[in-house]
Amino acid sequence: MEKVHIVSGQLNHALHHIEAEAGTSINLCYQCGKCTAGCPASFAMDYPPRQIIRLLQLGFVEEALNAESIWICASCETCSSRCPRGVDIASLMDTMRRTALKRGQKDKRVAAFNKAFLANVKNFGRTYEAGLLLQYNLTTGQLFKDMGLGLPMMQRGKVSVLPEKIKARDEMKKIFERAEKLGGVE
Amino acid sequence: MKYAYYPGCSANGSGIEYGLSMERTAKILGFELQELEDWNCCGATSGHNTDQLLSLALPARNLAIAEKTGLKEMIAPCAACYSRHRNAEHVVKHDPEMKKKIEQVLEMELEGSTETLSILDVLVNKIGTEAIAAQVKKPLTTMKAASYYGCLLVRPVEHTGFDDPEDPQTMDQIMKALGADAVEWSHKTECCGAALVTSRPDVGTRMLYRVLKDAKESGAECLVTACPLCMLNLDMRQAAVEKEYKEKFNLPIYYVTELLAIACGDEPKTVGLEKHFVEAGQYLQTVQARAEEAKIAAEKAAQEAAAKAKAKASASKAKTGDATAEPDPKKVDAFKTALTKNPDKMAAKLVADPARAGILVSILDEKRIAKLANLMASDNDKAIKAAEAFVTGELKKREK
Repeated sequence: MEKVHIVSGQLNHALHHIEAEAGTSINLCYQCGKCTAGCPASFAMDYPPRQIIRLLQLGFVEEALNAESIWICASCETCSSRCPRGVDIASLMDTMRRTALKRGQKDKRVAAFNKAFLANVKNFGRTYEAGLLLQYNLTTGQLFKDMGLGLPMMQRGKVSVLPEKIKARDEMKKIFERAEKLGGVE
Repeated sequence: MKYAYYPGCSANGSGIEYGLSMERTAKILGFELQELEDWNCCGATSGHNTDQLLSLALPARNLAIAEKTGLKEMIAPCAACYSRHRNAEHVVKHDPEMKKKIEQVLEMELEGSTETLSILDVLVNKIGTEAIAAQVKKPLTTMKAASYYGCLLVRPVEHTGFDDPEDPQTMDQIMKALGADAVEWSHKTECCGAALVTSRPDVGTRMLYRVLKDAKESGAECLVTACPLCMLNLDMRQAAVEKEYKEKFNLPIYYVTELLAIACGDEPKTVGLEKHFVEAGQYLQTVQARAEEAKIAAEKAAQEAAAKAKAKASASKAKTGDATAEPDPKKVDAFKTALTKNPDKMAAKLVADPARAGILVSILDEKRIAKLANLMASDNDKAIKAAEAFVTGELKKREK
């Protein structure tokens, strides 16, 4: 039988970076599958959590970063809290989303939602729920999504038409700029 | 008692009832909330999905503002806000390199002296369920409530830690203090789908369905939450789930603070109950009516039992047995919990010699805990004797 050559984690720069930012080590994983068993969203994933780690262990970093799974993960932290080996899978997923985003590999719907959300925080210092939904619908081309909920929300006084703004809005913009600048150099 | 208060963005919007009932809860239980000045959004999931440093800097700015107030504890009722602030706190305390970066981004210094608390932690561990029960005017007797903790109040454990991550109890304890029945169910810490219900309804709706389904099948008639996103999903999206799965749930959803305020005498309107999507007022009336019936039935049963006891007593006057009083089951439970969670402390109370106390800790099992808790609730001297006997027995065993 031919010997399979496995890329070691140390040799793979991208993998090393992901592990460092996630603050966890994939070599701890012995593939028991407890993460996948408890994952409430694994039913919709192409590679459930255990397989994502297996891909990374075998050096298939690109495949893992392209997996739909990382955008289906709801960050519920069940996997991390149950892992008998202490692998912080949720943090890995989080780091992989950020890495994929920086490389332009992203799930359009989730990324559009996040972008719209953070744009409000940058501009107003707070979440602006009405603006968020509208902006999200516009960028994803689902103009009438959840329209049936918008009006009842307003009638109930649960969504303000105008954004709530904090005083330190200039400071917020600077925080975003400085975070981008400093976060880039790692 | 005064706490720094971080209401979070939803307290004025989609989670307005949570904001209203949080303030009422503080008034009723007599603690003060000092809102942080010019606080900003914590960044929520979108923040940590996008940029790590930004996701830490946003809550850290609020922590810096809180530090300036001099108050050491900050209440963040929203589970996501709570989680983000706890996470930032953890990093500030344990990762000096990252702390430095955060300070550079904020151009502010951080001491790491503020502790963010969830409302469940405050209600159970700071105020106490007995103090809550003392304020109850209209108990929620016969209410069948599934306490829904969701994800971020209990996970990750190293950032939360005030309750068990698999079978948390704090909300159940609050519900019991309000007079309700806390339903046992398996999905109390399963994810509701969070933002996926909006961004990926194909995935999120199914997650939501599973939570509602398990609550219903476990006999719950309503769900209780301490998270505005769980509320938004369970309440506002319940109709969509029912349509998708062709199944009726009709489960009213309540914030734990709403039920607290109402059980302590508030009108449902005061806490904004009419703003819910799934009608929530009717069920409370049903509960009140059932509670009345239960009260009348209980009084009748008590009268009958008293009459019977009297008859029995007069019939057997000759026999004057001195039956020892049963210990208060609440006290027994409290001692059990204490022995399980803080075995070192409790062992030291029972066994003076530290080495022997250590042995006691090492041999505490369910049976011994039950025995000790029972004795501690009725006669502490007996408990001490029993504890000493356990240790002596163990030492003898070890000699062999």
